[in-house]
Amino acid sequence: MSAATVYGCGAAVLVGLGLFGLIVDSQPLRKILAFNLIGGGVFLLFGAVARRGAAVGFGGDPVPQALVITGLVVAFAATALAMALLLRLVGITGQAGSRSDG
Amino acid sequence: MTFDIGLALLVLGVAAWTIAARDTFAAVVGFVAYGLLLAVVWVRLEAPDVALTEAALGSGLTGGLLVGAGSRLPRGRTPPAEETPGVALKAAAAMLCILISAGLAAIVLLLPDPAPTLAPEAAASIAATGLGNPVTAVLMAYRAIDTLLEIVVLLLALVGIWSLAPDRDWGGRPGRRVSTDPASVLTFVAQLLVPVGILVGIHIFWVGSVAPGGEFQGATILAAMWILASMAGLVDAPAVTRRWLRLLLIVGPAVFLAIGLAGFALAGAFLAYPESHAKLLIVIIEIPVTLSIAAMLALLVAGPPERAQR
Repeated sequence: MSAATVYGCGAAVLVGLGLFGLIVDSQPLRKILAFNLIGGGVFLLFGAVARRGAAVGFGGDPVPQALVITGLVVAFAATALAMALLLRLVGITGQAGSRSDG
Repeated sequence: MTFDIGLALLVLGVAAWTIAARDTFAAVVGFVAYGLLLAVVWVRLEAPDVALTEAALGSGLTGGLLVGAGSRLPRGRTPPAEETPGVALKAAAAMLCILISAGLAAIVLLLPDPAPTLAPEAAASIAATGLGNPVTAVLMAYRAIDTLLEIVVLLLALVGIWSLAPDRDWGGRPGRRVSTDPASVLTFVAQLLVPVGILVGIHIFWVGSVAPGGEFQGATILAAMWILASMAGLVDAPAVTRRWLRLLLIVGPAVFLAIGLAGFALAGAFLAYPESHAKLLIVIIEIPVTLSIAAMLALLVAGPPERAQR
């Protein structure tokens, strides 16, 4: 078993853990955190695939590595937007709940 | 090998703690630790460029954003009983997540051997551009369109955040006014660290063409230095209607797009560079792009405008 396989399996578990938190936790901030955990797992899957694709003198396939860098930046932008939405929701309703009062 | 298994278990343990922690602040701290550990994993996977991005952006800046915004949420409120899922739902969710994890792990174990790779194509584009760092060559030449679109995504996210401002605050400065004691430790650290940090950020950006680093990592460090200075009250966020700020935000994508369009005339395709000047053109794109990304990241953390312009 290579390092890429070890981290690939770890990434699979990370996606499951993050998804569990996303479903079960009712606080929006915790959902955002859980979503970022899933993101970390998905990126790590890319990392495992990139490491396996090492060729022509590179330690890993640079194409998935570049995609992960792009993904990290986009994930940050999405997190910032989600936090701004959450703060605005709190500003309007006075509470941070995932359900409306109906 | 033992180190890798131990590190993977540590990452999983910290991730589980982030989900299970009762206190939200503790969960955020767990997430920052998770990001730093992932950076070590990236080094083990021979991806130092990703490790730098993960440490600076995935862990550092995201952590700062979550701590800053999280501290403004109402605290100490336990969710009402009807919002907390019951045991049956939790068990069903756990089953679903275990299935998904098992499926993904099976895919990892059954990946084809030898692994497919685009490394030779990327190596060909390195030869054409004169860059020494394969990841930068992919970001700026082989898959330049991804990078261009990503900058546009950052800009769209910023427009989205700004548009969340209440009408009365539009045109004001983002974030809350910070006033700290000029003799405080935070001010001292900011005065000492910011010049060094700016230098490090520029260095990381500049070496990106031949070594691990690049415009995203450098821009993240520059943005972090601005955030540190503004936390210490040394600088104040500019009003979002300022013309120079708008120009700073669009100069990167505009130069990128202009040189991309010029590729039609010079090299026969969108975002293609003529071989004799490829590296020069890439550096001309990267400098304004780094400045724009740094401004976007700092403003994404600062949030929507909240205070009237003085």
